[in-house]
Amino acid sequence: MTAAVVAQAELRDQLVSWDWISRRYDEIWDATVSHLWLTVFAVGVGFLISVVLSAVALRWRRTYAPIAWVTGFLYTIPSLALFAFLVPLFGLGFVPAQVALVSYTLLILIRNIVAGVDGVPAAVKEAADGMGYGALRRFFAVDLRLATPTIIAGVRIAMVTVVGLVTITALIGEGGYGVFILDGLRRTFPTPVMLGITLSVVLAVSIDLVLILVERMLTPWARRGVR
Amino acid sequence: MGAAGGPLMEALGELWSFLTTDDNWWGEHGIANRTWVHVKISALSLLVAALVAGPPAVAFGHLRRGGSAVVGIVNLGRALPSFGILALVLPLSIQFGFGLGFWPTVVPLVLLGIPPIFANTFTGIRSADPGVVEAARGMGLARRQVLAQVELPLATPLIITGLRVSAVQIIATATLGALVGLSSLGSFITEGLARFDNGRMLTGGLLVALLAITTEVAFSVTERVLTPWVRVSGGGRSRRQRLRRGDPEPIPVDEVPNFGPL
Repeated sequence: MTAAVVAQAELRDQLVSWDWISRRYDEIWDATVSHLWLTVFAVGVGFLISVVLSAVALRWRRTYAPIAWVTGFLYTIPSLALFAFLVPLFGLGFVPAQVALVSYTLLILIRNIVAGVDGVPAAVKEAADGMGYGALRRFFAVDLRLATPTIIAGVRIAMVTVVGLVTITALIGEGGYGVFILDGLRRTFPTPVMLGITLSVVLAVSIDLVLILVERMLTPWARRGVR
Repeated sequence: MGAAGGPLMEALGELWSFLTTDDNWWGEHGIANRTWVHVKISALSLLVAALVAGPPAVAFGHLRRGGSAVVGIVNLGRALPSFGILALVLPLSIQFGFGLGFWPTVVPLVLLGIPPIFANTFTGIRSADPGVVEAARGMGLARRQVLAQVELPLATPLIITGLRVSAVQIIATATLGALVGLSSLGSFITEGLARFDNGRMLTGGLLVALLAITTEVAFSVTERVLTPWVRVSGGGRSRRQRLRRGDPEPIPVDEVPNFGPL
């Protein structure tokens, strides 16, 4: 038993080794940037796709059912199974991770965008039409803006969901904080796992709080009675 | 991605050859046994989660208390990465003699299964029409009878929804059990990743996806059969009719989103 082995064994006996963590601030920072980037990119791309598909569904009602069905189908496929389909096509890394993450945001976002726009009072829509707004201009300038609270609710759920899913992308070479979790899993060493879980939850909660603030800024007319 | 056609056909060919090789089906690490293990651990976890979450949810819903606790449980469940819980339970399981594979996987599955069941059951019981409850009380039914004969039947659709959401999530996460030595369908995926064996990986992906979708559909059908009278709040039309007309309900942050196709 060399000293190093004894030290290693001592490390494993405690749930969190602060010493181990304190020597990895750079890695933690890099993982944070990567986790945040993977999350925001996925929800951003998912949002753009969702706006387009929602506009289609709102314009042609019959298309809503198939859109909901396909996105629901995608949502039901387990992430690891989806990776199994994507890796043969795209290899490992950013692209398959993003395809999977984006596909999980669509159902949540589309449902809330469509429901939110539906909730805009008919009088407002008529007023916009009367002021000469075209269909597209009304959709972006009036419908989407007034639907903001419902849409942000969808974005919040999508963000929190994706933050958790990003950890699993460690298995295909991405992962943000998931890299710590995978490392701890492979060495049955709890410290990096605890670190990964804690940071992931903190990030999810932080993003959620930021989005609540964003909602307040975007909806100054709803100052009173904000939930 | 114009060149995807080549790799796609190639991958499908490898999938076909894996599936048509007899040896891949039988034995401890064969398709049959791994499917059985996957189903078994998922069913057991769902049962435990339902036993843990169901009774308190019914009690809270009946008393119409604890709404904010439900929100907390749901949000925490959504934010906790199940992958992390799995990795955390593994060393503990080894330390306390429960070993690899089955037990370290059951714990995160049960934890993950609790929030949807708890929240949906709670909401279902609590949102029984107060007028109906009043009427039942007025007809001389005791509180317990009201619960058994009025609140529980009215809550059935949401209770099944909770079980459905839970079951699909559990099946998805049981796949990750492969990382802690459980010989489940996920093992085909992790082995395929490690050995660059597309046929093996696609087999795992296909079977896990099929299992999840089948479960989703089975629960939906069960719900429809058991509750022919179903009405969804708002417009009094069923979810299916709403979908056909293209007016979805929004998913509020502080309630349980019930995802998935019909």
